[in-house]
Amino acid sequence: MADITAAEKSPANTAEGIVPFEPKIIGFLCWWCTYAASDMAGTSRLKYPPNVSIIRVMCSSRVDPSFVMRAFAEGADGVLIGGCHPGQCHYISGNYKTVARISLLKKMLSQFGVEDERLRLEWISAGEIHKYAKVVTDMTEKVRKLGPLNWRKNFEPK
Amino acid sequence: MEETSEKLLKLTIDGIETEAREGETILQVAERLLIDIPTLCHWKFVKPYGACRICTVEVEVHGKTRMVPACTYNVRDGIVVQTRSEEVIKHRKMLLELMLARHSQVDVVRKLAHEYGVDTTRFEEMPSEQCINCGLCVRVCAEVVGANALTFVKRGTERYVSTPFEGESETCIACGACAYVCPTGHIKVEDIRGRKYVVSELALGPTTPIHIPFAAAIPGIPVIDAQSCIHMQTGGCGICSKVCEPDAIDYEMQDTFEEMEVGSIILATGFKTFDPARAEQYGYGRLDNVITSLEFEHMSHASGVTGGALVKEDGTEPKSVAILHCIGSRDKNFNEYCSRVCCMYSLKMAHLIREKIPDADIYELYIDMRCPGSGYEEFYNRLLEEGVHFIRGKGVEVSSAPTLATAERAEGKKLYVRCEDTLLGVPRELPVDMVILSVGLEPTADAEEIARVFKITSKADGFFMEKHPKLAPVDTLSDGIFIAGCAQGPKDIPDSVAQGAAAAAAAMSLIDAGEVALEPITSVVDEEVCTGCKTCMVVCPFGAISYDEEKHISVINDVLCKACGCCVAACPSGAITQRGFDDAQIEAELAALLMS
Amino acid sequence: MEQPKEKLKLGVYWAASCGGCDISMLEIGEKILIVDELADIVLWPCIADFKYKDVKAYPDKYIDVTFFNGAIRNSEAEEIAHLLREKSKILIAYGSCSYEGGIPALANFYSKEEVFDRAYHESQSTVNPDRIEPKTKHTENGYELYLPEFWETVRKLSDIVDVDYFIPGCPPAENTTWAAIEAIVSGELPPTGSVIGAGNKSVCDECPRERKETKIKRFKRPHEYVAPDPEQCLLEQGIICMGPATRSGCEARCINAGMPCRGCYGPCADVYDQGAKMISAIGSVLESEDEEEIQRVIDEIVDPAGLFYRFSMSHSYLVRRRLVGAKKETK
Repeated sequence: MADITAAEKSPANTAEGIVPFEPKIIGFLCWWCTYAASDMAGTSRLKYPPNVSIIRVMCSSRVDPSFVMRAFAEGADGVLIGGCHPGQCHYISGNYKTVARISLLKKMLSQFGVEDERLRLEWISAGEIHKYAKVVTDMTEKVRKLGPLNWRKNFEPK
Repeated sequence: MEETSEKLLKLTIDGIETEAREGETILQVAERLLIDIPTLCHWKFVKPYGACRICTVEVEVHGKTRMVPACTYNVRDGIVVQTRSEEVIKHRKMLLELMLARHSQVDVVRKLAHEYGVDTTRFEEMPSEQCINCGLCVRVCAEVVGANALTFVKRGTERYVSTPFEGESETCIACGACAYVCPTGHIKVEDIRGRKYVVSELALGPTTPIHIPFAAAIPGIPVIDAQSCIHMQTGGCGICSKVCEPDAIDYEMQDTFEEMEVGSIILATGFKTFDPARAEQYGYGRLDNVITSLEFEHMSHASGVTGGALVKEDGTEPKSVAILHCIGSRDKNFNEYCSRVCCMYSLKMAHLIREKIPDADIYELYIDMRCPGSGYEEFYNRLLEEGVHFIRGKGVEVSSAPTLATAERAEGKKLYVRCEDTLLGVPRELPVDMVILSVGLEPTADAEEIARVFKITSKADGFFMEKHPKLAPVDTLSDGIFIAGCAQGPKDIPDSVAQGAAAAAAAMSLIDAGEVALEPITSVVDEEVCTGCKTCMVVCPFGAISYDEEKHISVINDVLCKACGCCVAACPSGAITQRGFDDAQIEAELAALLMS
Repeated sequence: MEQPKEKLKLGVYWAASCGGCDISMLEIGEKILIVDELADIVLWPCIADFKYKDVKAYPDKYIDVTFFNGAIRNSEAEEIAHLLREKSKILIAYGSCSYEGGIPALANFYSKEEVFDRAYHESQSTVNPDRIEPKTKHTENGYELYLPEFWETVRKLSDIVDVDYFIPGCPPAENTTWAAIEAIVSGELPPTGSVIGAGNKSVCDECPRERKETKIKRFKRPHEYVAPDPEQCLLEQGIICMGPATRSGCEARCINAGMPCRGCYGPCADVYDQGAKMISAIGSVLESEDEEEIQRVIDEIVDPAGLFYRFSMSHSYLVRRRLVGAKKETK
């Protein structure tokens, strides 16, 4: 199968000029750690790309792999899942379930041709606001480099 | 005595009619009546021995009088006892005179003899011996300690106390009981040292196995430190249980864990100080006379190790002291935050040094002086007037020899503190006698564990995180768990007290309400869809899901469910939904976010 | 069964299908005679020679019920799907392929070119030195010959036309088929879009094996076990069984035969994506809290996509492998 075409990778040409590709990333963030970190990053006026749209969940273990697949199917270019560090889960062991599910999901997504960088699981505690900003920046850049996922284009009947 | 039905014996002591139990000695009865009978070889916790005979009294039995030692003579019915009759005094005087001949330099003997008007002896004086052969040490070692490490050797005038076969005792546990009971001070604790078992002195901890944990402990009762208690370690000693009259010593008592059911918890677990050994350049633990602020505090405290005196390792007074601010704080290598209390306590230390050593040269090496708070700036100004040298520049290294050509020279052994005086714009090296490192505050070693147990979050610096920095400063993300004091971040005593009060008030408000509103976001099983595959039961960390054997489905207990939603994602048949976070809701969010 | 006044007109069609579904309709045994009494067959390519032109000639909604089996793989299947939608009162997707893509939809992990390469060049039994591949149009002796166009992606029937009811199974078990027929004949049908003939719970509901709350330490591949414990849940024995994430109705027959469920009845009633759900369930029961060990156990699942989407690729959120920069489908 051919590589990503130049047209898909490069910024779209519009009448106004070159509009850089802005990845759409869905962030499923756990309420106790990563969501709190994102909140704090905001109140601390940290600067990071606005590309991650957040969906708050109580625990990263609430994130059903279906949500991730649905997000990709509906046009997300990346999915970030943020939870508490191992051993610090507010729900004792939820994040270990997340690890297992997401690892398995990643393996399967590779079979679907979804690049590994598009799905990211990160442990970001409530205090790690700089880590949150860093992860979001890094992921946005990586996904930007990968280009749009544009899943529907794969199979939408004409 | 009333409650016992045993027969009481009647007797008269010094004209007082009294009663005694079978087996009681005259000495015991006399003690009860506060009649003073001198003793030398008696201690009520070992068996009477009758060695010194100084307790001799006159007893009349059936009209016959006899001289008997009060300590060993058991009371008989109808006896008449004289403890200070002419005959008794005469008897004791003779004994004392004899004793003086042999123990002329023993204080306790001389003092007692003097009381009886015996200052000289008619007998041939022998070289004075400290040991009066009372045998108390032998008996306490055998009867109380159980070590049998001491014994009498030889007989008659050649009798003396030693270890069996006069060798180094293998059974001595160095408890010091013999030294304690020795009436003449002949046996000293120092002599016992270096034996089999030594309780090393702890400068900052409890110094005896039995101690009150700290001055203001509640309850203020002593405890036994099992690690250093001889009885706990060897089974010997046990003297405390013998001397404790209310019989309050219980060796069987174990540490117990008490479970309390509470509605809210305030975590005020405090801090630990930065370990300056991590910053090797300051020479802590390597160079003499480099101490931490906390060690200074121990030293300067009136009840501290030196009784409040400021001394160097060699015991002399320091004439110049450098106080280095921000050790472990405001430092990218260790902690980036300001520990908030060090400027003020460093000023206090300078003030205390000035008070105790008025002519000392005191240096404060600071990055910035941070003195916000009631009266703080004024205190700083006062210190400026007290002649403390303030140098704006962090101390960067402490060494035992000067390293800079421009180092200020001084006589004798000095510590050299290198810094840049940023106000003068020159590097300096100060020769001082003592360096005090103003160490910063860090989260306690087990802060992470505490956070895990109480399911609260920590900030990047490791201190516990409040729910909201402005609006909920003592709440945490876990309802009913509050934080106060340095557990939340470095702060001084007034701030800690204020926060403690706030946390208490917040906890009170919950107690007052008497009930807690739960978030209605628990998960629920759709009975129509659930097939009882038990996948959810495996994942639930709270044991909130049980299996209904009749319906063959899983059931979620609403009260136990903590609403993580793990089971919802796990349910392979989609039978579980989380209220407020159901699939449709999350997918609607997803759809809305992805709508371009 | 009460006989309706007029005999029903029944159509059966196969698209991308193995023919198993057609045979499964006969598995109802002697009950086929009842069907015969109740219905006239107006289309069944498997058993009688009906022509497309015959069907085209029927008035709209002429056929009472059409059982459509097979996935939509090429332009012919699509065309007939549209045609049968027009001509049928009730259109039923019969069997896994039609309902959710089925085995043919596993080709969605490949591109059309890869499928052709494999089928016409690479397979061990193929000798094709001239590298001939099917073309949609060919002229021979002045005659134009047409072949349907092969699609990049296999779709389920409901992606092409509105489908009234779904009957799952590869093939549907005879009790499922019969239950569906009974429902149709009696007119006691659920709202359109429903699955009929099968249950609303998961296979575990019908499974006689016992599930404790054991967590799984490792997974076994089919060649690694001989005789699993007949009493205990297969999943607990480390055998990946799709039962928990699969709709009931088959009476757990694979499991009763000692084989794990492969998930042919598709997702449960409240689930859209069967594979994603299975991943979630499998990830939930791993007994490890060590990230490396979790990874090691997961690595034992060699082909998760093929395993969890064996029948439901077209009924998933992602539908196919990504075609990055590849030639887009032309229809």
